[in-house]
Amino acid sequence: MNVPSNLMYTKTHEWVEIIDEKTVRTGLTAYAAENLGDLVFINLPEVGDSVTNGEALGDVESVKAVSDFMSYVTGEVTAVNEQILDEPGTVNGDPFGTWFVEIGNVTEKGELLTPEEYEKVLAEEA
Amino acid sequence: MELVFELSKEGRGCDLLPSCDVPETAISEKFARVSAPRLPQLSETDISRHYTKLASRTFGVNKGFYPLGSCTMKYNPRINEEVAGLPGFTGIHPLQPEHTVQGCLEVMAKAEEYLCEITGMDAMTFQPAAGAHGEFTGVMLIKAYHEKRGDIKRTKIIVPDSAHGTNPATAVMAGYKVINVPSDPEGGIDIEKLKAVVDDQVAGLMLTNPNTVGIFDKNILEITRIIKDAGGLCYYDGANLNAVMGNVRPGDMGFDVVHLNLHKTFSTPHGGGGPGSGAVGCKKELEEFLPKPCMGKCGEGYGMCCDRENSIGKVKAFYGNFLVVVKALAYILTLGKEGIPEASKMAVLNANYMMQQLSDTYEAAYKGRCMHEFVLTLEKLHHETGVSALDIAKGLLDEGIHPPTMYFPLIVHEALMVEPTETEGKDTIDNVVAIFKKVYNEAMSNPEAMHEKPVKTVIRRPDEVRAAREPVLRYNFD
Repeated sequence: MNVPSNLMYTKTHEWVEIIDEKTVRTGLTAYAAENLGDLVFINLPEVGDSVTNGEALGDVESVKAVSDFMSYVTGEVTAVNEQILDEPGTVNGDPFGTWFVEIGNVTEKGELLTPEEYEKVLAEEA
Repeated sequence: MELVFELSKEGRGCDLLPSCDVPETAISEKFARVSAPRLPQLSETDISRHYTKLASRTFGVNKGFYPLGSCTMKYNPRINEEVAGLPGFTGIHPLQPEHTVQGCLEVMAKAEEYLCEITGMDAMTFQPAAGAHGEFTGVMLIKAYHEKRGDIKRTKIIVPDSAHGTNPATAVMAGYKVINVPSDPEGGIDIEKLKAVVDDQVAGLMLTNPNTVGIFDKNILEITRIIKDAGGLCYYDGANLNAVMGNVRPGDMGFDVVHLNLHKTFSTPHGGGGPGSGAVGCKKELEEFLPKPCMGKCGEGYGMCCDRENSIGKVKAFYGNFLVVVKALAYILTLGKEGIPEASKMAVLNANYMMQQLSDTYEAAYKGRCMHEFVLTLEKLHHETGVSALDIAKGLLDEGIHPPTMYFPLIVHEALMVEPTETEGKDTIDNVVAIFKKVYNEAMSNPEAMHEKPVKTVIRRPDEVRAAREPVLRYNFD
């Protein structure tokens, strides 16, 4: 399965793009999008909210199930992709090109996987 | 098919309503309608045909096999309906004087007595309207128990990762933080991981046994003891009681609170949005917190006379959905103390028989014996042919049977969860097994065609995304 090499990953199938030392963007991987099926609703925090490493920052609802969207960094939400709130299907169409939130003032990073490590996770799940 | 509003013709009508037998009184102007309500205008023939057409399009247990896992779609004996339709039960009002409804109160008292016996609990309420409502009531009892003891540091509820989504949702609604515990490879709770998350902040554990993958957790006594030792309470989700009723009691497994889906296990037609009954039973220690008003012996007869100072309060108007309780009692009395355990044994036998008959074609997610339901995983088929659990489910629709539950539990990929129930005979199951295999073979030989299924049903694949995002909930006149 497609795993872009410029991103970091989580064991719960989020991707994390390191923009600079203190800023990241995060979204859902293709594997997650495919397994969840068509997304129906996405709940995200608001700009200014704080997020914590290891805790859910939002949730995604598909025709199959509701799942947490996890944060693997501690920081503050600096931007939200409002477009996906109205058109969640965008995520299914282009998961790696569709970010959920941008997090700034990152003070802590949790367990992030390299593309190679994430591919191993995918191989185990398959 | 046309909607009833589309069939309407101006000026058409019929005399279904009886003539008015009370004096007419004028309504004060401020409450009076300015224009007539927009009701459909149809002849009696048209109405009759319309609803008969709707009924013929409806699929239910009375029409065919309905193995919707975790939902216990058993056949509901007609005698329940006959009893619940007696005028003494249907013609009453909740505000009627108690001495005029002693029979109804006795029904509730008897149902409480038998259901407490079946669950191993000491007291029960029939107020909650359905399962999730019962869960909420039950967890509020746990909360009230800790709060009364001044034990306010308990902020967590433990829920296994195989649980029904309503369990974590209930815990959050009750103000708790949810702690997820993973399952072990056999489908039970991972004991070591459970121990690792248990501390003095745990208010309780929510569990169903047999669990969502249809496995009876053989470590149940150890699991409940771990929670108890840490000062927590154990909540039994009665979703799967149909597998064990009359054979094992939640109270004996170490549980303090249970909810029952009376409409499922104790036989009321369900699945169309109610009415249901989420009866909640508890041990003596929690009785004082049960909702009020509560019913009991008051002097000569029954009444709502007992008071509970520490009650969590009312959770529903009056006393819940009474007629569901009537049906549950009719069901219990029909089956009797031999029939109740027999029914659950038959449910387990049917599920095991069906799983075994399918085993040369379909892969079970967990090997070995199951209880009243089993989970299949179509991950391999999906991987090799692109045919998903959804496609198989749609294929089953074309064969005239209701598909099993799909994509649940979440811990099994491409899951189909099958619960045949005790009310299916061997011939039916043999026939259904043949159909399951036929659909699987079709998937292997012509995978592309599976994405087009169903082709024989009234509607094909509904647009689920649009149905969720832009539901049309009423007729649009414009």
